[in-house]
Amino acid sequence: MTISVAMTVNGKSVSGKVEARTLLVQFLREHLGMTGTHVGCDTSQCGACVVHVDGQSVKSCTMLAVQAEGAKVTTIEGLAPSADKLHPMQEAFRDNHALQCGFCTPGMVMSAIDMVKRHNYVLDEATVRRELEGNLCRCTGYHNIVKAILAAAPAMKSAGV
Amino acid sequence: MTSATGIGARVLRTEDKRFLTGTGRYVDDLPLARATYAYFLRSPHAHAKIKSIDISAAEKSPGVVNIFTGKDLVDAKVGGLICGWVVKDKHGEPHKAPPHPVMAVDTVRYVGDTVAMIVANSHDEARDAAEAIKVDYEVLPANIDLAKAFDKGAPQVHPEAPGNLIYDWEIGVKADVEAAFAKAAHVTKMDIVNNRLIPNAMEPRAAAAEYDKGTGNYTLWSTSQNPHVLRLILSAFVLGIPEHKLRVIAPDVGGGFGSKIFCYADETMVCWAASRVGRPIKWTAERSESFQTDCHGRDHVTHAELALDKEGKFLALKVETIANMGAYLSTFSTAVPTYLYATLLAGQYTTPLIYANVKAAVTNTAPVDAYRGAGRPEATFVVETIVSKAAAELKMDPAELRRKNFIPSTAFPYQTPVALQYDSGNYPPIIDEAMKIADYPGFEARRAEAKARGKLRGIGFSSYIEACGLAPSQVIGQLGGGVGQWESAQIKFNPTGNVQVITGSHSHGQGHETTFAQLVHDRLGVPMDQIEVVHGDTSTTTFGMGTYGSRSLAVGGSAIMKATDKIIAKGKKIAAHLMEADVADVVFEDGTFKVAGTDKAVPLAQAVFAAYVPHNYPLAEIEPGMDENAFYDPANFVYPSGTQICEVEIDPETGIVEVIAHTAVDDFGNIINPMIVEGQVHGGIVQGVGQALFEGAVYDKETGQLLSGSFMDYTMPRADNFPSFKLGYKVTPCPHNPLGVKGCGEAGAIAAPAAVMNAVHNALAPIGVKHVEMPATPLNVWQSIQGAQHAAAE
Repeated sequence: MTISVAMTVNGKSVSGKVEARTLLVQFLREHLGMTGTHVGCDTSQCGACVVHVDGQSVKSCTMLAVQAEGAKVTTIEGLAPSADKLHPMQEAFRDNHALQCGFCTPGMVMSAIDMVKRHNYVLDEATVRRELEGNLCRCTGYHNIVKAILAAAPAMKSAGV
Repeated sequence: MTSATGIGARVLRTEDKRFLTGTGRYVDDLPLARATYAYFLRSPHAHAKIKSIDISAAEKSPGVVNIFTGKDLVDAKVGGLICGWVVKDKHGEPHKAPPHPVMAVDTVRYVGDTVAMIVANSHDEARDAAEAIKVDYEVLPANIDLAKAFDKGAPQVHPEAPGNLIYDWEIGVKADVEAAFAKAAHVTKMDIVNNRLIPNAMEPRAAAAEYDKGTGNYTLWSTSQNPHVLRLILSAFVLGIPEHKLRVIAPDVGGGFGSKIFCYADETMVCWAASRVGRPIKWTAERSESFQTDCHGRDHVTHAELALDKEGKFLALKVETIANMGAYLSTFSTAVPTYLYATLLAGQYTTPLIYANVKAAVTNTAPVDAYRGAGRPEATFVVETIVSKAAAELKMDPAELRRKNFIPSTAFPYQTPVALQYDSGNYPPIIDEAMKIADYPGFEARRAEAKARGKLRGIGFSSYIEACGLAPSQVIGQLGGGVGQWESAQIKFNPTGNVQVITGSHSHGQGHETTFAQLVHDRLGVPMDQIEVVHGDTSTTTFGMGTYGSRSLAVGGSAIMKATDKIIAKGKKIAAHLMEADVADVVFEDGTFKVAGTDKAVPLAQAVFAAYVPHNYPLAEIEPGMDENAFYDPANFVYPSGTQICEVEIDPETGIVEVIAHTAVDDFGNIINPMIVEGQVHGGIVQGVGQALFEGAVYDKETGQLLSGSFMDYTMPRADNFPSFKLGYKVTPCPHNPLGVKGCGEAGAIAAPAAVMNAVHNALAPIGVKHVEMPATPLNVWQSIQGAQHAAAE
């Protein structure tokens, strides 16, 4: 049995027919072909699938597609303001070499943006490290991810994002 | 450095934009029209006879297209998976080689062994159907505990490996070592376990395959670190598809750490079944499958003894190791605890006599193979732990004991007693720099301050050596390796002056697209944005041995340099013709051919254009086109070295170990992109600290169930487990490759476990704790403290 679902993804209205068990991440990847959001585990631990649902970071492997009915979803594909300009968090990840294989990166960036906003653009190293509890990276040793997030916080504030 | 983007420059990565905008293309991202989806039914038992498999109900399950079992592979005469390295035992006999069927036929040998492949219209339907397959197992006793693997009466894993012994191998002369021990003033002994690890690259392994009925060509997309090697194995040994009819593509790959080197059952099945199903097949491991079936790493049980004279000079080292191979011999498994382990037991020291005996065991656990460092972390852990233990026993400063035994900088090239000849190095300045960065002189004050707060501080050293840049082919051949270990490069200019740099190595996080472009930019003067690095596709790259063993820059980068030499040599001839000059007078500087002492000049781009539009061109002497191939086979391994210092603080009430500071000073030879090198070191340190403090694969010793089978059970290092790291560099260029480079990919993981555990032991020594095994979890540490307190009370 399929269920109709409709939501806004990166500013565009989308809809589809899904099974009740279809996860939000499956809807994004398999139905919409938006493969920027990744799946790295099956227990909601790794955080590679983090997206924003109505402005809050959510592990999209932990939410059913039908639960996002009517929601505004933002994924990694929807962050950059234009083809040649990156979001300040994306820019900071690049400037600080905060990514290697790139697989955890979408979830890291989405979590980091939410983290900066929740802390009102003011963060210290210990807070960033604690807040990254739900995102695993096997390449970078987190060192440069922490640096990038600390650099992005004031940059996001001045850019007003 | 010739420019802000040349050799030595901190160039931001070319590949980052696609990864940061969600436009990377990993195997699971591929859109394949009419795709089917595979799911593998895996053994729930560590050891069992398969009495029957009933697929009749599953075949009727919605969406099912095909179901295959091991019997189908036998009928189709599919070969078994191979081990590509023949290790000869101490009697000169090749290792025992039990067959490794792609899917189990009559026996399953570990939890996760492949039993059936279900292909359906969707992943969920394939998975649902798997539940309807009825397998009648007769459960057998399982051989799980490595320390007891060779015991009389231990369950036998394979009839072809009596007593579960794969080989009994040795290096060095035992009698000479024993004689040195007889004269020793002091002998330090230890028993250690090098804990088993699960690689956990963040991208799970995945495969997709398509068969073109018209041409008979197969295309296999795989999360591989070495697509050509995978093709070679599948073609020559397993599936029999001729190499030219099988294209293997490893697109963006999300980390490997060794686990994606090997030829696995799943990708083999996906490829084989593509022609039978007649539609493309996709498969991506669920994380729990990764835990069960990715090749695990490490897993040694070792007894070691170090003999010292009364001055503290090392006289001899002897090591007895049992290494776990798991249930089957994976692709390079046999080489890891022998040639990549025992040959590193000299470390940075002049130890004149070394004997090592390694016994490899089969057990009813997942196969074990190379994992970041592969043998070298295990060797470093033995050497650096026993050296620090000896220093503690002799009440010597651990840095002083190391310095006393370092190979002097004047002794290179240095022949060790365990086969390797170190090409270069200068160890004392490295440890000096590390001690300065770590403020070693201030440590006792910090220990006292911590003690006043009820905490135990400790500091630990680890001075590692690594043989990487795999590898000189003739040496590999003599040691039983089945392949050459050169690397290829192709530099292909287009008429408009931009260039493709085609490499046989493979990037899965290492940033080759940037580092290799820097080489070509530096050497040929082509702007960075006019250079594209191409890798990972057997149809678009010449041939390649892939990426592992910190080889890509030392071997692959050297091949690129050779290819640039050929481009320059050809360009000189073209430019000489255009400038009407003698080729001997033409020089190449800053991207331009010039005649010394004149103002005649031809930019490289002009020579390239002339080569493709050869209207004014010496066609009788040289061919048109600007496209050069090079193969580079290294003269020796490269030998990065360094010292890490870890400082920990332990809460004796909880057993929690906090890493307060971690310093690494490395000699990687010349550095092309320091930003990328630092990133490699950071990641390596965290994997090494992960082994020391958090990670450990645990099997139930009776049933062989994997108890650490998810991220909820297996502790992955997280951001809040670490401080920021402090790094430093010293440079002794490699004397035998054109770039003077060594390798940086594995160093962090090689050195860190011993640095951490030496710090833990240093912290706990004042309260009488003698030994803590890795991982030094709060429970382990707390129990060790309790044990020491009980012992003191008695």
